Amino acid sequence: MGKTLAEKIWDDHVVRSAPGEPDLLFIDLHLLHEVTSPQAFDGLRLSGRTVRRPDLTLATEDHNIPTTDLDKPIADPVSRLQVETLRGNCAEFGVRLHPMGDIEQGIVHVVGPQLGLTQPGMTIVCGDSHTSTHGAFGSIAFGIGTSEVEHVLATQSLSQAKPKMMAVDVVGELPPGSTAKDLILALITQETTGGGQGYIVEYRGEAIRALTMEERMTICNMSIEWGAKAGLIAPDQTTFDYLEGRPHAPQGAEWDAAVAYWKGLVTDEDAHFDKVVTIDASQVTPWVTWGTNPGQGVALSGLVPNPDDFDDADEREAAANALRYMGLEAGTPMRDITVDTVFVGSCTNGRISDLRRAADLIKGKKVADGTRMLVVPGSVRVRLQAEEEGLDVVFKEAGAEWRGAGCSMCLGMNPDQLTPGERSASTSNRNFEGRQGKGGRTHLVSPDVAVATAVTGHLASPAEL
Amino acid sequence: MDKFTSHTGVGAPLRRSNVDTDQIIPAVYLKRVTRTGFEDGLFAAWRNDPEFVLNQPAYEHATVLVAGPDFGTGSSREHAVWALQNYGFKVIISPRFGDIFRGNSGKAGLLAAQVDEKVVAALWAYLEANPGAQISVDLESRTVSAGEGVDRIEDSFTIDDYTRWRLLEGLDDIGITLGHADDIAAYEAKRPSFKPATL
Repeated sequence: MGKTLAEKIWDDHVVRSAPGEPDLLFIDLHLLHEVTSPQAFDGLRLSGRTVRRPDLTLATEDHNIPTTDLDKPIADPVSRLQVETLRGNCAEFGVRLHPMGDIEQGIVHVVGPQLGLTQPGMTIVCGDSHTSTHGAFGSIAFGIGTSEVEHVLATQSLSQAKPKMMAVDVVGELPPGSTAKDLILALITQETTGGGQGYIVEYRGEAIRALTMEERMTICNMSIEWGAKAGLIAPDQTTFDYLEGRPHAPQGAEWDAAVAYWKGLVTDEDAHFDKVVTIDASQVTPWVTWGTNPGQGVALSGLVPNPDDFDDADEREAAANALRYMGLEAGTPMRDITVDTVFVGSCTNGRISDLRRAADLIKGKKVADGTRMLVVPGSVRVRLQAEEEGLDVVFKEAGAEWRGAGCSMCLGMNPDQLTPGERSASTSNRNFEGRQGKGGRTHLVSPDVAVATAVTGHLASPAEL
Repeated sequence: MDKFTSHTGVGAPLRRSNVDTDQIIPAVYLKRVTRTGFEDGLFAAWRNDPEFVLNQPAYEHATVLVAGPDFGTGSSREHAVWALQNYGFKVIISPRFGDIFRGNSGKAGLLAAQVDEKVVAALWAYLEANPGAQISVDLESRTVSAGEGVDRIEDSFTIDDYTRWRLLEGLDDIGITLGHADDIAAYEAKRPSFKPATL
């Protein structure tokens, strides 16, 4: 029987396989950041171990760092200590680091692909659940905890039980005005937050093939939001074109050898999936969340649901809790929900194409009175590219704030936070209670909906502008 | 890591599903560079509510948390496991765990026991009728039990064989893998040269 794409990559990375034990997988690329690594380095020190492959390891500062006053030291002493700890650890163990102020600094899942370090057929891990982003290149990429970070640092390998295989067949074409973000949000609503649990999922179909690399990253980024171990997309010419010429892409004969290998990274015709789910892209309209997990979503044209309409008791209770937290009434049109803050950024939608799209839509318009809009590029490179194209001017003229690169308000670990009761439309990936600041209320949206919302002051689509 | 064979302690009913790791410990509490002291951030948003289960005197010394499905979804932060352990929890019981959370628990020595949804419902009802009652968990036989006589609840829980063995033996995962260093070196010797390097 044939193999799925994920099985091919998995099998190519097995260091050791024994009955009754998980496979020991070799890890091609290990990405680090300041939040989930300090205790791992401490563990190495305590046991007198070294980093086995610093040449397959890369660190950047992203979660904690401020996006204003970039020339000053980090004001929060605890954040500063965490960042300084990363710097000390990288120096001590010989790990390459892109710190604040470095041109390659940025969100770890933006930096890896833009450097060309993320390539097809790899195993990629990071102490961050949105590592699934890198699956867009046809790699197995997943988030790990700090104990596993230490394990990979010490051994460049990881013990992993083989997940089940799932295919997501995306049929039809996305209608004009609908984006990759709407597609993945609609899929998570359809499958719920636990639907992908235990699976590596392969997104496939014409609508997926038609996406750019950055759109594919948006899709794979949110694999974790429906519980999947990892999400991936078979590499194709779009992938190769994106990679060619990037700093760490292979060159010359190596490039040819790599492409020859990458072209074999497709699911065989007779491969078996443990589960197949289908979503009709042609039915996907701008999508927004109303609740406190990414599966609690609805079409922007729809209404806040009534908890009584859920058959499942847990879902009913979760919906009631969510409406209470979000301060919403069942039956309210989503478009009637007014928003205080709009956040454009994150490893989901903080890339140059996202900013171009947002700038194009907001050009010549103004952010509504009483609404603030933050635009946070995913990396310094993205920021510089945007400034070269004058996008920063467009945002500033519209009344938006143009910030430095980092995770920012996606998780509110730096000063970019919502205040209690403040409502946001956010292009990030999580609407959990308090995610963007204690008591903050988050609606997940695409960059298009974010801009229309900023301009109108309520949840809106570009069609209304 | 300490060996884990069985545990008996006060059970706390957490009647919520989808308790993501941002609920277990919000990001602002993740700034420590140690593995200790995270108990102050545990369920931070709910701890101000006097009605919250852990604020009730009967559950003050709870060591077994009984939660709804999809406990520990979301962020990969192992700090969620540490926060629960730092607070005093030894066992989390739920019908379904977030993958990364379950993996982190196994590495850090917190037992994530997956049970049928009806077992959670029965435990909730029992704990609420008997605040401060104890739950026993036996990793050897993979059973969870509570109560006596007609109230007796006894059922099996699921945990993968490898994690169970490691917890029972209290083994260090890295030590086990370093025992296979030759296999890793052999693998490295045959990796294609076109694979990227950071240095």
